[in-house]
Parts: sequence; structure tokens; C-alpha cells
Amino acid sequence: MLTILYFASVKEKAGCSGEAVPLPAAVTDVMGLVAWLRQRGGGPAAALADLAAVRVAVDQEHARFDHPLTGDEEVAFFPPVTGGAP
Amino acid sequence: MIRVQREPFDVGAELAHLCAGDTAAGGVCAFLGRVRDFAHGAALEAMTLEHYPGMTERQLQALEAEAQCRWPLAATLIIHRFGRLLPGEAIVLVVTAAAHRDAAFDACRFLIDCLKTTAPFWKAEETAAGRRWVDACTADDAAALSWQDGAQGDRPKEQGS
Repeated sequence: MLTILYFASVKEKAGCSGEAVPLPAAVTDVMGLVAWLRQRGGGPAAALADLAAVRVAVDQEHARFDHPLTGDEEVAFFPPVTGGAP
Repeated sequence: MIRVQREPFDVGAELAHLCAGDTAAGGVCAFLGRVRDFAHGAALEAMTLEHYPGMTERQLQALEAEAQCRWPLAATLIIHRFGRLLPGEAIVLVVTAAAHRDAAFDACRFLIDCLKTTAPFWKAEETAAGRRWVDACTADDAAALSWQDGAQGDRPKEQGS
């Protein structure tokens, strides 16, 4: 199963904190997963409509949208991070 | 050592604990980040920090390991809080201890600069106008990037302090 997680403003737009789904057919990388979520519609589709301010992590490491997926990864979508201090 | 916690921390106690039993680390540098009372010209009422449990610890540990690889450090400590914080409350503490001050200063700066762009934390500000997510700052990206070209730090040999 793929674990999909959303954080911060992306989570608010998605309307949920995440879900677990079997790897959809034809999805081989993060961008493919984004395309599948967009096609499915709903909150996640809205949250991922514009990726300009969306970052991705695969298995808790920062990743690119062409990062391959095999089906048992944890994929997180979130806005650019803003931790630390002034 | 890294800690991600909701609770406040006591800077003095943390410094004393980190340095206890180590009389060789003559230089200790601490950076404390606090919640500011203004945001975009408005008075800030509170700030809420959300994080990605698991990835946060992983990223902070990786940063700490990198700092210990690049500088001769005796000890390091990163504490980052999450949850709802009020103006003046501490958000983050970075402490570095080394035999000489150069390594302590440089590693401390490296850790706070790079933490801002790699650790998965997000801030939401509350003002009279409502609540809004803080946008990432391009100056922060530039500060973190400056550590990648070897322009700063990596002093092979330190001056005596």
C-alpha cells in the first residue's frame, strides 16, 4: 500500500490528512500519482492542482516529482517548509 | 542530540546538561529563536507550528550528523517546538560545543540556516485579520545554499581562542 500524507496548507485544501491506497495501475512515479489524484477529483485534486508551492517527500526524505514509486512508499505533499526562527 | 517537543524548555538547564562532564569544550554557542510579536505590520497573537512526525526527527538528525562531520564538535543540541506558541515563547534552540569558538559559531549558524529549509515545519500566524500560513522566504533558501559551496565554514585548522 502507498501511504499518502498531506501537511499544513496542502492538508487544509485536501480536506484530509492522508489515506492509504494500493499503487494505481500505470503509476510509476510521484508525478503519475499526482495525475491519478487529480483525475480522481475531490480535495486532494484541488490541493495538487498547482504544484508551484507544493513539495514532496518519499519515505521521509525530500524528493523530486520524478521519484519512482513501487507501491509501499510513504509519499507526503506539503508547502515549502517554514520552521526555525526569524 | 535532537528533540521535537510541544513543551517549553529551560535554556540554562539545557546548556548545563549538554556541557556537564566535558571540560575540553571551551566554546559553546547557543542560538535561541523566539516568536516575534509582529507579522506583516500587524500584531501577532499566536503562532502555530505543524510538523511531520518522523521526517522531522530524521532531517534534524541528518543535519546534526553533517555538522559533526564538517566541524570538530564536542556536542550538539537541537530542540524544536511545535503546537501553539505565544509571542516571546521559544521556538527553537541550537547549541554547539567545541574546543574553540570558530567551530561552535560556524556549526551553530549552519544548523539554524539549514534547519529552516529542510526540517518539515510549517508556521501559521494568527493576527486580528485571521489566520494565515507563513510563506517560505527566499532569503532563507539563499542562506542554506551558501553552506553548499564551501564558502563558509570547513575551517581545516582553528585558531586558538
